[in-house]
Amino acid sequence: MRHQPGECHLQATDVQERLFADSQQSAYTVRIESFEGPLDLLLYLIKKNEVDICNIPIASVTRQYLEYIELLKELNLDIAGDFLVMASTLVQIKSRMLLPPVAGEDEDEPEEEDPRAELVRRLLEYQRYKDAAERLAECEMLGRELFARKFISPEIADLKTDDAVPEVELFDLIQAFRSLLAKVPEDTFHEVGAEGLTIADRINEILDLLRGKESMIFERLFIAPLTREYIIVTFLAILELCKLKMVKLLQANSFGVIWIVPTLLESDISEEELLDRQAP
Amino acid sequence: MTGKPLESVVESLLFISEVPLTIDRLCAILEEHERRDVQGAVERLREVYAREGRGIYLAEVAGGYQFRSRPENADYIRRLARGKTFRFSRSALETLAMIAYRQPITRTEVEYLRGVDSGGVLKTLLEKKMIRILGKKDIPGKPLIYGTTREFLEVFNLPDLASLPTLRDIHELAEQYADVEQAELPLEGPADEIGTE
Repeated sequence: MRHQPGECHLQATDVQERLFADSQQSAYTVRIESFEGPLDLLLYLIKKNEVDICNIPIASVTRQYLEYIELLKELNLDIAGDFLVMASTLVQIKSRMLLPPVAGEDEDEPEEEDPRAELVRRLLEYQRYKDAAERLAECEMLGRELFARKFISPEIADLKTDDAVPEVELFDLIQAFRSLLAKVPEDTFHEVGAEGLTIADRINEILDLLRGKESMIFERLFIAPLTREYIIVTFLAILELCKLKMVKLLQANSFGVIWIVPTLLESDISEEELLDRQAP
Repeated sequence: MTGKPLESVVESLLFISEVPLTIDRLCAILEEHERRDVQGAVERLREVYAREGRGIYLAEVAGGYQFRSRPENADYIRRLARGKTFRFSRSALETLAMIAYRQPITRTEVEYLRGVDSGGVLKTLLEKKMIRILGKKDIPGKPLIYGTTREFLEVFNLPDLASLPTLRDIHELAEQYADVEQAELPLEGPADEIGTE
């Protein structure tokens, strides 16, 4: 059970293999998928050490767990916070186990539960779903073993819906901005004074306009009377919304119409909208 | 349409449909026919396609029926589809399994079960229409609750949720644990000696 010198290297190759298997995915996914999570890593360590899941040698498992995290660091992988949370949980369990059981002081707790019990429950529960996931993967799957008419695998469907309308290139956006500016009548007098139009106001107005709509033509956001200030503030508001990932700008073809599409954030979806969206 | 053998009509309908057709739907379309006749026609078609070992068979899936290609021929169809393989990541499958078995379930519950942040995976599964938002749970914070979709059943070739493989307790491990739960967990196991040193 003691840590072997060669073991570290072995794990490193293991991690690298997993890395390359997932290399087409984003860095974020790689980080998570090297192990599905702290529970996955713990199960792996328990299996590797051939110990009883109900009687986990916390100290040695914790040590190996931390070694693995070190290894991830060496491979320049960001450690997900979840892994660190588990590390501190393990250390906490160990320290609680070192303390002599407090007898008699807690009136309501005649006998203290094993500090590991909660973790064991979670591991067993996790293992059930891990097993279920494996068996789901064994199902004959549409798009893998089975095909039906007109069936488009989710990946391809994704490409069709999302990527068929590519997001607007910066150049096209600037082009649209310039053509809008060109619409501003040249001969308007410049009024000096506080206009009081802020980007925050425009953001709210734009969000109001977009509420309940699937999409809108970009130009529609610029409602007359057009002034330079109005256009610039609106444009900046749209850029800000893009940055906040609250809207997407899509354009089917170069020089085509630019569409502004609200992206729904989970927390922002109101109940009615939800029901609407989910209605078959 | 009367006069045409019902079986042939049902076959055409099933062939054309892009989604599995339920018996209810078929009966609504074939209103001049008795439900049991429609059902019988579907059954006979299933037998015919199963018996003759054709390249397609009539699958019972997502509460309905759909013609699907035989799994044995998947390799050839993939050539047609230019080798684009279809797969779920492990984390997606894990999350999907939890939602399938535990629905309705909140994100917090999924994350507790998995031990990791699952926002990204949930979003992907939502986008791929494998899961959907069922509503909000009536607890503080009103978190969204998730469940699986008809598309999920379609993709995993399941007639209904009851046909999910039964959730296994991890045999001996679970048994051991069940015993221990009643007794008391030994506070310091012998296996821990190395660690305590």
